[in-house]
Amino acid sequence: MRVKCTVNGEKHEIDDVWEGESLLYALRERMGLPGSKNACEQGECGSCTVYLDQTPVCACLVAAGQAQDRDIVTVEGLAGEEKLHPVQQAFLEAGAVQCGFCTPGLLVATHDLLEREEQPSDPEIREALAGNLCRCTGYEKILDAVKLAASRKAEAAT
Amino acid sequence: MEFLRPATWAEALAAKAEHPDALPIAGGTDVMVELNFDVKRPPFLLDLTRVTELADWAPDGGMLRVGAGVTYSRLISELGDQLPGLAMASRTVGSPQIRNRGTVGGNLGSASPAGDAHPPLLADSEAGAVVEAHSVRGTRFIPISEFYVGVKRSALEPDELIAAYWLRPAAGPQQFSKIGTRNAMVISVTAFAIALHPASRRVGTGFGSAAPTPRRATEAEQFLSDELTASGRWESRAELDPAAVAQFGELVAAAASPIDDVRGTASYRRHALSVMAKRTLVWSWSDFRNARPAPNSRRTA
Ligand SMILES: Cc1cc2nc3c(=O)[nH]c(=O)nc-3n(C[C@H](O)[C@H](O)[C@H](O)COP(=O)(O)OP(=O)(O)OC[C@H]3O[C@@H](n4cnc5c(N)ncnc54)[C@H](O)[C@@H]3O)c2cc1C
Ligand code: FES
Ligand code: FES
Repeated sequence: MRVKCTVNGEKHEIDDVWEGESLLYALRERMGLPGSKNACEQGECGSCTVYLDQTPVCACLVAAGQAQDRDIVTVEGLAGEEKLHPVQQAFLEAGAVQCGFCTPGLLVATHDLLEREEQPSDPEIREALAGNLCRCTGYEKILDAVKLAASRKAEAAT
Repeated sequence: MEFLRPATWAEALAAKAEHPDALPIAGGTDVMVELNFDVKRPPFLLDLTRVTELADWAPDGGMLRVGAGVTYSRLISELGDQLPGLAMASRTVGSPQIRNRGTVGGNLGSASPAGDAHPPLLADSEAGAVVEAHSVRGTRFIPISEFYVGVKRSALEPDELIAAYWLRPAAGPQQFSKIGTRNAMVISVTAFAIALHPASRRVGTGFGSAAPTPRRATEAEQFLSDELTASGRWESRAELDPAAVAQFGELVAAAASPIDDVRGTASYRRHALSVMAKRTLVWSWSDFRNARPAPNSRRTA
């Protein structure tokens, strides 16, 4: 089947999509957007987190056909032309990235958290990132990165 | 496989009538796992996410009619005050990403004994919630306790779809408690819900993961309702009698017929159920004593 959707502001039209295929597969294998990672294909790890109509979801649990006419933003859509997004920059600087497999999903989830909550508390951060697993960092640096990104955002706003 | 994409409810019902073997997909949080892991290969997928009617809720004649496609996230933010028990259960489902997509309609569709929406649906009002099922043949209102017919089997006919479920807005305290191996992203070892209905002097219960289907503990409900009425506690709001609390816990555990599996043993499940029943009773009774009309307290076991 054919699926049309908007990804990172660009219209995509993909053909020969298998009806049972996930949005994650379509993004990675048909649209040339391998940023969203495939680690579990069962909603457990969050490394495939993308925005679907402004809501963070696991792309592995969305059928590609359900993305028809929808607006998707992936990790590739977070950065500007020249600069990384402040959330990405903060992850780099805080050392929140080791193997990096969990990072795209964490970036989208953190981006969403900071859109809703400018200065999230530790429990709020933990709750917001509860659906994102990291096997490397032990999460402490990730919490640091979220707080760094939040304070950068607050500085930029003043 | 074919992907059916009805734009309206009428189209969805027509498609389901024409293809009774079509697998509906809402949030996809159960269906996609089965597709990704080759557990299911349905001839048709019937996407319900375009049907806007399913994503609405509204008060109707003293009840709330909630569309099958309302996500857990929306239920928590929009209906948390009116349906505190169901909202508490919803907060324990998966992760934010899962709650942004998953629906109570899908939880009902899967009819898993471990589904977290079931206990509060069973505990709601005197007879529990009601499932509104539609087909091209007409509408059926299925009482929730008749909806679950076996392990992952519901009373839905092959041509039927769930349109909505009906609940009474809470008129008394409600609680939900779930045992799992950690706080997030966990399928329950067992779960328990209680709702006090002071106006009708009844207590509602529901439990999950401790029988082939989600169930009410009807004897426990009857015992406690009678005991609270006989002792005049609905009026006096006096402290509970510890012996009655203990008896309630035992009757809840006795209503279960759990199995041993990887998540826990049958005897652990029985024990956990009695503990959760006693705790949630004490919590909700203390809410009642503090006389908040429709408290929305959050506690975890
Ligand atoms: C990582 C992860 C964690 C999870 N954690 C929990 C948890 O903590 N607690 C819990 O209870 N569940 C959990 N689940 C399971 C799942 O999220 C829930 O069962 C959810 O309610 C399913 O809703 P959905 O809209 O995604 O359903 P779908 O996957 O779209 O559908 C589920 C079933 O219902 C049927 N269906 C859907 N809508 C209708 C309708 N309107 N009429 C008729 N049939 C319909 C489908 O055909 C399918 O059989 C988890 C799942 C994942 C992947
Ligand atoms: S790949 Fe989607 S949640 Fe793990
Ligand atoms: S950095 Fe390796 S999984 Fe998180």
